[in-house]
Parts: sequence; C-alpha cells; structure tokens
Amino acid sequence: MSASNHFGFLDEYAKKEIRRTVLKAVAIPGYQVPYSSREMPMGRGFGTGGLQLTLSLLGKGETLKVIDQGSDDSVNAVNLRSFIETTCPGVNTTTRTDEADVIQSRHRVPEINLREDQLIILQVPYPDPLVIVEASENKRKILHGEADYSRLLVKLYEDIVKFDEITISHRYPTRINDHYVIDPSPIPRWDVPKLHNSPALILLGAGREKKIYAVPPYTKAEPLEFEDVPFRVEDFTDENGQRRNCQQCGCTTSYLDEFVDSNTGKKVYQCSDADWCSEYMVSQSEINEIDTISDNAEVVNG
Amino acid sequence: MDKVLEVKQLSKIYGNGCPSCFKLTGPEHNTNICPQCGSVIAMHNVSFDLYKGEILGIMGESGSGKSTAVKCLYFDQPPSSGNAVFYDEDKKFDLFEMNAAQQRQLASKRFGMVYQNPHLGLNFDISAGGNIAERLLMSEVLNYSDIRARATNLLTRTEVLSERMDELPKNFSGGMQQRVQIAKALATNPPLLFLDEVTTGLDLSVQAAILDLILEIQQEQGTAMIVVTHDLGVIRLLAGRTLVMKYGRVIESGLTDQILEDPQHAYTQRLVASAL
Amino acid sequence: MNKIENEVPILRVENYSKHFELHEQHKLIPSSENVNLEVYPGQLTALIGPTGAGKSTVLKGIYRSYLPSSGRLLFRTKDNVEVDLAQADEHLILELRKNEIGFVTQFLHALPRQSTEDVVAQPLVQRGMDKMQARDLAREMLSDMNLPEALWGISPATFSGGEKQRVNLARGLVSRPRLLLLDEPTASLDPHTTEKIITLIEKLKEDGIAMLAIFHHPELVKRMADIVVQLTSPIATEKLLKEIA
Repeated sequence: MSASNHFGFLDEYAKKEIRRTVLKAVAIPGYQVPYSSREMPMGRGFGTGGLQLTLSLLGKGETLKVIDQGSDDSVNAVNLRSFIETTCPGVNTTTRTDEADVIQSRHRVPEINLREDQLIILQVPYPDPLVIVEASENKRKILHGEADYSRLLVKLYEDIVKFDEITISHRYPTRINDHYVIDPSPIPRWDVPKLHNSPALILLGAGREKKIYAVPPYTKAEPLEFEDVPFRVEDFTDENGQRRNCQQCGCTTSYLDEFVDSNTGKKVYQCSDADWCSEYMVSQSEINEIDTISDNAEVVNG
Repeated sequence: MDKVLEVKQLSKIYGNGCPSCFKLTGPEHNTNICPQCGSVIAMHNVSFDLYKGEILGIMGESGSGKSTAVKCLYFDQPPSSGNAVFYDEDKKFDLFEMNAAQQRQLASKRFGMVYQNPHLGLNFDISAGGNIAERLLMSEVLNYSDIRARATNLLTRTEVLSERMDELPKNFSGGMQQRVQIAKALATNPPLLFLDEVTTGLDLSVQAAILDLILEIQQEQGTAMIVVTHDLGVIRLLAGRTLVMKYGRVIESGLTDQILEDPQHAYTQRLVASAL
Repeated sequence: MNKIENEVPILRVENYSKHFELHEQHKLIPSSENVNLEVYPGQLTALIGPTGAGKSTVLKGIYRSYLPSSGRLLFRTKDNVEVDLAQADEHLILELRKNEIGFVTQFLHALPRQSTEDVVAQPLVQRGMDKMQARDLAREMLSDMNLPEALWGISPATFSGGEKQRVNLARGLVSRPRLLLLDEPTASLDPHTTEKIITLIEKLKEDGIAMLAIFHHPELVKRMADIVVQLTSPIATEKLLKEIA
C-alpha cells in the first residue's frame, strides 16, 4: 500500500477542524461536539473516530500504542497500527504503555496509571447515553443542555426493581464535571473510576456518529448511582470467595478476561491488559531473583 | 386567602391572524374560525383568578377552548397573547416571560397535570412505579428506597394495588391508568393541579371513585385545581366556581351552584337544560 | 313572639326581587318581588305564603344559588362588617358558606362513595376539624335525628326522602353557622322526629344562631317563629322579552 503524500493521511483542513473540536470538547467537559468525520479507508465500526483523533494529534518522533480489549495483537489493533505507521512516517510504536505518548484503545483503559504527559483516545460506537430513552436528537440536546437525566435514572431504577442491582456492564453512564452524562464507550465498569481525576487527558471519538468529547485531566467523572445503591466494579471472586488470579502472571488486582481453554475445556482467567500482564510477570521474576539472591546471601553470611 | 394563579386576557390563535379575527368570531357569530383569514381563535380574553385550595371548573362543549387555557398554563403550547402569574409561597412567576428551561423546571416541580389520554401523561415504556420515580428524579431525589417508598405511598393513596406498581401501564384498565397519572401528578406535592377531562370515557363507578379521590386530595393537601370538563355532574361535584366557555370565549362565570341553578346566558341555560 | 333581644340584625333583606329570563323560550318569569325582612341572632324568621310566592327563591338568593335581580341582602359578618351578598365577591361568598351561612335544602348532593356520617361531618372537616372528632359530632347529630345507626356507614344515595332530609338537617345543624337557612326542614318527617328537630332548633336559638325558615305547616310557624314575613305571589305576567341588542 503506498502512503498518501500527506503526513497523517487527513488533509490539514480536516486535522484543523478536529483539533478545534478537541479544544471545544475539553472546554466543555462531557459535551458531545459534532465534527465532520471523514470517510476513512476502513469501514465504520472499526475505530475511524479514534483513528481520526490520533492522526490529527500525533506528531513525528512521538510514540504510539494501539490496543483492542487490552491486546496489542488483535486484528483490529494490528491494522490500525499498521495504517498509522504507514501514513505517519517518523512515528514510533510500542506495546509498552509507559513508553507511549498516545494510546488509542478500543474497549479498555490500561491498568497502569497514566501520566500527565500521556493522551488516551477511546473508540466510541454510540456517544449518546440518552439514545435509549429519547429517539429525537433535538430533544436529547435539550435534555443534555438542562442536565435532565431523569429518564436515564429511571432505567437504572427499573433495573434495581427487577434485579436488585444495576445491570449495566459496559458503557456505564457517567457524569462529567457535574453536568453532562456521557457514554464512556464500551469499557467495563472496572475502568470507569480511572476517568475520575485522571492526570492524562481522555478523548473519545465516534466516527460514524461524528462526535468528539473529552474528560479533561483532574475532572470529576462520577458514574450514575443512587445514594443507597452505589456504583460497584466487577468482582472476580470465585465460589469460595477467593479473588481469581491471572493464570499467566498470577496478578490478583487486574481486570481478567474469561475464556475456555481449548485443551482442557475449563474456564481460565487471564489479564485483559497484555502489557500489564507481561510487565507483571517481569516484576514477579525480578522479585523472585532478589529473593533467591538474598537467600543465597543469608547462606553466605550465615 | 392566598392567590395561586392570576390569568389575564389569555388568547390563542392558530394561524396567522388578522385585525378582524376577534370581531368576527365568538359565540354571537357561532364560530371560532375567522371568516377573513381562516385562523382558528381557540381562546380569547380568558381571565380568572385561582386561590389556594380552590377548585375552578372550566366547562364547555367540544371546540369551546376549555382545554386551551390549561395547555398554555402547563406550557404544552405558548399563548398568542396575555399573561399569567403564579404565586408560590413568597415567590412570583410570570409564566410566559420565562424561558423554556425555566418553565420546564417549574412545571415539573410545582405543577401537576392529568390528561384525558393517559398516553400523554404517562410513559408507557416504564412501569407505574417508574413513572412516579421519573418525576421524583427530576426533583433530584436520589435515594432508591425513598423513591420506592414514596411511589408505593402515592399508588396506595390513589388505590392502585402496590403489588402492581412494577407493571407497565398498558396492562392497566383505563381507570387505573388515570389513577397512576394522578399519583404521578401528585409526586412532588404541587400546589397547582390541572385536570383535563380526566374521567371522560370511564365507567361511572370508576368515575365516582376518581372524583372522590380528587376531593380527598384537595382536602388533605389544600391543592388548588383547575378542572376542565364538559360534564355538568363533575363540575357540580368538584368546582366551587366555574367558567363556561363557548367558541373560545368565557360567556359566563360564577359560583358553580348559581351557574347550574340560575344560568344567565342563553347558551348556559341550554347547556344546563340538556343535562341528562 | 316578637321579642327582639338584639337590636342588630344579622341579615337585612331590602327590596329583594328575583325574576328568571329564559332566553330560548323568550319568557320572563317573576319569582320574588320586593321582599323585605330581618333576621336576628337567636331568633327564627319564618317565610309564609302560597306556593309560587317565591319563598325558596329568597333563601336561594341569600345563599347566592340565585343571582338577585335587584335589592340588597345585607349580612353582618362575624367581623362585624356588613356585606351585600348580592354584590359580594365570589370568594367571599364561598368563605361565608364555609364558615357562617348554612343552608338546609330539600336536595342532597353528596359524593358518590361518602358514608352518611362523613357527609354530615364534611362541613366541620372543611373548617379544619380533626376527622375523628368531626365524625363523633356527626354521629351524635344523626342519633338526635333518629337515623338508625346501621345507616351511618353507608352512602345516603339510596335513602328514602325522609332519611335524606335528616341527613341534610344533620349536616346543616352540626356545623352551627351564624345564619341558618331552612327550606321546609321537616316536610318528610314523622311527628316524633319533627319534635326532636324543634327541640334542636330551640337549642340553636339559645346559642345565638339566627335562622330564616320556610315551614310547610302553620303549626310549626306558630311554635318557632319570632318574626313572620308574608310573601305574596308576583303578578302572573309573562311578558315576551324584547329584542335585546
């Protein structure tokens, strides 16, 4: 595939418009800013919104990480990364979260805490949490403007009535800076608390729906809840009340994917965040080495 | 006696209107359509006061404009001219000078509205309890148990079985849907309640029970109400004072029993004589 | 019989006339003509006259169920202010009806599901009395009326004429208004109950309540009226209404 002559694939007008949109989104936390989303050489639903943000904001010499559900190796992540490498010569890529300046992600926020000098871009299918209660966009705009989310809260109420708890698992409606409620994209509940008071800027881009919104750094991000039915994250305890661990690295504090082992047919659990998993394994083996050395040292000294 | 509502010269025209509209329409002309420009003068020069704890009846036949005033006051439609002031404790609200957001805020917290058609007042996609919860959530009650308790309380008060509070309104009879509407309208303890033909089309026994309920609520809460109906029996039972409307104009107003026993206007006399 | 204990009347009717204008039929029906009377606290004024003389019309005019055609109906409120009921503001009339002026008519308008005792207690509850207390007073009154206890808990809608009358009376008397208007209060009652009513009315008089009444029986007038006002039928003319511009 030959790269277009232009750095970042998009023309400068497109990039400028997206950057202006980003400024507006940061200035009005949680507000969905419309923008003229370009047609990209991949279908909608494959991250074109996130991609346009990355292409507009990434510069030569900077480092990019692309993940899909925590994995750098999935088809979606590989294709996007490849496209960006081709269209943005001079840009570095990495699988290590702590080395990245820009992280584009589908459906997960990295486990490791991000820094002020990092930027995370989330891919969004449907930006508006009110779309399930109001079909008309005009009416939704008014509801957002007046921060009238009562109909959304009623949905939560009905959940509690039926199931004794709120059953939303991904895309948990979250209120930003005491006003706009956003759909934080299909990240699990586990990741929602990371939006709150984040040192890194969080941008969310919907390509098909043509909206960009933001959770600025150090901004309140509060999942919708009732005083007496608070928000809670996924719990990974097994039938015996034990917290499950990753079968690969042993970590008991990360978000785990559940899948069936093709050999044994049993359910197994593994860190969703691949980089976290490998870093954890490395740190664990370093600890083991230190332990071994200190044991040996004791033998020597003792 | 505290005034709750002061309505002055409210008018509503559908269409462009022209200088002859008011002159050429009304009960003397037997029409509310302007022969000159074709606009519909749904309501013209309607004025009245409403006091705390009072029930005002607005009576008329189809096309009289009786629902129009209430629709304007509840902000379903803007009036063409006129003004209305709502007095709430120590505050004064000039209803048609407020912007749409302020109007919505006020209506959701301080007014209640019960429509003839339950589809206008209820959300049929959520349960009966959910409908009430929605109203409470708009006034920022964010405690699930409190919401649940209040919804149960209101539905019990309006004689809807609390075991049915989690059902969808479409499973309810017409009378029960109206009760849920009433419960929802009362959720925020509004000082002003609008009732638009709320018992029309219901069985007599159901009607009686609902009228009963409305009067009890007035007695308990001191809610001021405007009751729109074409039914003389309802007016007699509920309203202390009544306005009689025809072709958009108020043709007679006064104490309800006086209007029914000693009607002055020819049309009112005919109306009263026609009652079964 | 005309002992006037108080010189200040609670009600003064001056030249009250009432006619009905029936537009459809183009008829003008006269009803009461130039009625003058006074009612004093603690006394009963009786209206007598043939049928058609407009007696009920006087009561209804005072209560404002009819709009007086002319004349003044001067009522002295408990704040010692004299108001013309014919011209008074509707809200004032509603207030007076609630607190000061009662009317026992021949018709009973009750809520469909209200029990008899609640119908009777209603005027008290409307004034703010506790419901339980009001019911107790209502029950006392109903037993005074000889209304069987079995009927107290059910709606009066299906009662006989005499039973309805007693409910009406009970409601009118229990609220103890300063002025009580009575339209043939004992018409459907047996002599025994009528005696009870008479006793109750005498008691009300002792308590300073003023009454304006129509009795169907001249005997009752003789026994209870302190003042008697005779009405005559208006001249039975039926004029065709002229075209009113």
